[in-house]
Amino acid sequence: MARKPEILHPLTPAQTWWLLATGIAAFAPLAPQVPWWLAAATAGAFVWRAALAWRRQPLPTRWVLVFVTIACTAGVLFQYRTLFGQQAGVALLVVFMALKQLEARAPRDGLAVVLLAYFLTLTQFFENQSLPAAATTLAAALTATAALASLVDAQLRPLRLLRLAAVMLAQAAPFMLILFVLFPRVSGPLWGLPKDAHSSLTGLSDDMQPGTINRLIRSDAIAFRVAFDGAVPPKREMYWRGPVLTVLDGRTWRPGGKSAAADLPYRPLADSPAYAYTVTLEPHNKPWLFGLEFPVTLPPDAFATSDFQLHARKPVRERRRYALRSQTEVAYFKENHHVLAAALQLPDDLNPRTVLLGNSLREGRPTDYQRLQRALDFMRSQRFVYTLQPPLMGEHVADEFLFDHQRGFCEHFSAAFVVLMRAAGVPARVVTGYQGGERNPVDDTWVIRQSDAHAWTEVWLEQSGWVRVDPTAVSVPARIEQNLAAAMPAGEPLPWLARADFRWLRELRYRWWAVNNAWNQWVLGYDPQRQRELLERLGMHAPDWRKMGIALAAFAGLVLLALAGWLLWRRPRPDPAERQWRKAARRLARRGLARHAWEGPQDYAARVAAKLPAAAADIRAIAALYAGLRYGNAPADSLATSLATLRRRVAAFRP
Amino acid sequence: MPLAPRRTFADRFAAWAMRMSGTRPPEPVPVTLGQRRIYVLPTRAGLLYSLSLVVLLIGAINYNLSLGYGLVFLLAGLGVVAILHTFRNLAGLSLTVGAPTPVFAGATARFPLFLHNPDPRERRRLRAFLPGQPATATSATMAADLPPQGSVRVLLPLPAPRRGWLAMPRVTLETVWPLGLVRAWGYAAPELACLVYPRPADAAPPAPSFGEVGGGSLAGDAGDEDFAGLRRHQPSDPPHHVAWKTAARMGAQAPLQTKQFAGTAAQALWLDWNHLPGMETEARLSTLARWVLDAEAAGLAWGLRLPGLELAQAHGPAHTHACLKALALHGEKT
Repeated sequence: MARKPEILHPLTPAQTWWLLATGIAAFAPLAPQVPWWLAAATAGAFVWRAALAWRRQPLPTRWVLVFVTIACTAGVLFQYRTLFGQQAGVALLVVFMALKQLEARAPRDGLAVVLLAYFLTLTQFFENQSLPAAATTLAAALTATAALASLVDAQLRPLRLLRLAAVMLAQAAPFMLILFVLFPRVSGPLWGLPKDAHSSLTGLSDDMQPGTINRLIRSDAIAFRVAFDGAVPPKREMYWRGPVLTVLDGRTWRPGGKSAAADLPYRPLADSPAYAYTVTLEPHNKPWLFGLEFPVTLPPDAFATSDFQLHARKPVRERRRYALRSQTEVAYFKENHHVLAAALQLPDDLNPRTVLLGNSLREGRPTDYQRLQRALDFMRSQRFVYTLQPPLMGEHVADEFLFDHQRGFCEHFSAAFVVLMRAAGVPARVVTGYQGGERNPVDDTWVIRQSDAHAWTEVWLEQSGWVRVDPTAVSVPARIEQNLAAAMPAGEPLPWLARADFRWLRELRYRWWAVNNAWNQWVLGYDPQRQRELLERLGMHAPDWRKMGIALAAFAGLVLLALAGWLLWRRPRPDPAERQWRKAARRLARRGLARHAWEGPQDYAARVAAKLPAAAADIRAIAALYAGLRYGNAPADSLATSLATLRRRVAAFRP
Repeated sequence: MPLAPRRTFADRFAAWAMRMSGTRPPEPVPVTLGQRRIYVLPTRAGLLYSLSLVVLLIGAINYNLSLGYGLVFLLAGLGVVAILHTFRNLAGLSLTVGAPTPVFAGATARFPLFLHNPDPRERRRLRAFLPGQPATATSATMAADLPPQGSVRVLLPLPAPRRGWLAMPRVTLETVWPLGLVRAWGYAAPELACLVYPRPADAAPPAPSFGEVGGGSLAGDAGDEDFAGLRRHQPSDPPHHVAWKTAARMGAQAPLQTKQFAGTAAQALWLDWNHLPGMETEARLSTLARWVLDAEAAGLAWGLRLPGLELAQAHGPAHTHACLKALALHGEKT
């Protein structure tokens, strides 16, 4: 039955403009994500098409398009070294969109443009699923729908097309909501993702060189959010533990040999404060999970390592929520002597001055605790400056930091301190993670950003086990007690969001974060687990895909019925005069004098009068009244009297 | 009347659909396309759209894009809404017919159809066509927009190969408005027939001039006693009948006029079936049709004699029509 409606007709200018708008609406959000030359070429293609449409000139010939296609594909190949990765795929889709604009001649091509626009819109979500992205998506869907409608009905004015599209999308919204909530979610991926799928994710890495954390600190991106359930620890106690680095390899710190522990390598102390909270971790493409020191429960699909790190079984590539309990003090089991030996290793010929200082701390056979105290005294005695712009350092980072510049940030503090402790014969290691965070008073969640990244140390004391020592806090307490801004000398550039001025702006920001958090939790974080939780809360017992399918069908059916009823059963009642006139005609029809569809009131009356002389006066009067009401231009008050008369006469009309 | 040598699937479906909706052709007018007489299927564009949505959904699942789910579900909802809107564009439409203008065999008959919109909302891009007609010819010309509570006339072309009554086959009314993703259609079979005159013969033997006696050409045989008026000059008119004075007055641009005279000769003109012995029926009818047209063109009065039928001598469009109709229906059961 499929016909090909209106395919043979070329696109009208209006349709061309709509398709161009569709292409632009789909491409614009992607423009910052594709290589600059491709963005420029695509914009050029759009402008070219617009100019051709404006001057009513013919489209470029096939050969030009073939050349441009080959050039762009070669460019993509050169840029990404492949045509099949995720980013290369997006770039190719953009190329197709640009070329299809220059090649669209018939409504069939128009359909291709619209479908391409849908795909482009989807690829935008690889990088960005924020609220603004949702808004641009709605705009793109609106334009694409209007373009589809213009392909069918080129004569509709633009505003009417837009209104039609808006109305239809509004009517589609309930279906979207039902499908979104009830469509059984599966945790992807269905198959392997391209290698470059997660290249855009940032976070702590598992090694540390001078500058690693510095780069991270300059980012305002959110690392994770925390909602405390009950008590909240003081901010200076908020150490969010991440990778533990034991091996110093030249200038680079790396994790030591560690094993996955079947259970937690420590046990909670009954009398230490406990905190329950939920972490929403942004994807960072690494397997570790962050928790307050020290987690005493394990999230599902996660394990603890022998150096007290929480690990997921797979790299975190989607936003992940997990509930945790932490206690600030825990009892350690006996530490493996290999671990302790590794925590004493130092490269032979590096940092000679620090090693010398460390050795000097051993004088007088002090206990390890006394050695630690002497080291801390040293740290306090020096005038260290916390700065994100430390001077360039050479091979002996610890030496230069401790004795030459005394300027640096947590990386330098912790690395130098560990070297010092090891030289003093106390096992020590670097712990990276995040410190502190910012409370959003609007929804009472804590936001931990990349700019909260931090590095501190742990030292092994025979009596106490691993003890956290934060040399940064010892030397520059403001960094931990307050925030980055307080720790830094005035005039140093700060990450934008770390600034304290503009109170109202801050207030606004808090609200925006709260909205974003809700968006992340309920829209973007709507995964199989969230779905199950929500449906259970809504009263569905043990939801599975069968039950969801049934509920989905039922609700979608209900909405469909309601919408169909609303759309189809809004027949107006004919106006009162019309109803009276039809009543009279029905009575005459029973006498065999049905009114013909083409017959006007006067003609009909004349015919009836000729056939039924007895009813002639009545029908003439009724017809005149009706015609006056329907087609006359009498004032409103006289219309009411005419209508009353008409009613009376029709009621009395018995032909 | 056989329409197509082979019943297509569409024909069979239409017949089944008409049966199911309880209407049997011919239907009384006005025909209203109730909701139970409207069928909806995706167009090819709609199928492509659905396929794209499936691919998009797989992408959203694979990359775990929540907004991707949102987009796909919104577009799926849009598809459902499009079904309702397309359906509504057709549902409740009513249809009446007009009188088709008779045509000669071999030409194309055009059936006038009136579409009425009883609702206070516009209906757009409605197409009506007859089975077997190329969709492009009809869809291009027959897409109609109906204002609220308005009417529109569409002409449905159908080739008329043979003389007689050409019944209008079932009409398909369809629309893909607003998005072109789904097609809603319905059938109506109001009674309507177009009269098809016999095709006038190209090379006809000369017509008889007087009564039973044959011979002579029609042209110039009009009487010349009483001046009756002027008409457009034809090349076969004798030069002495040209209204030279009028031509001189009007100037060179004006067409020549021929003086017409009502004469006794015309009163005796009979176009008789029996003047053409030995010809086949259709050829005879064709020839008679040509004579009728020639006689009318020449401004003559003529009578027509067919077996079992005699039309008195007269002239004018009504008489021409009556004669051609008699020829068209010769031997037909009506």
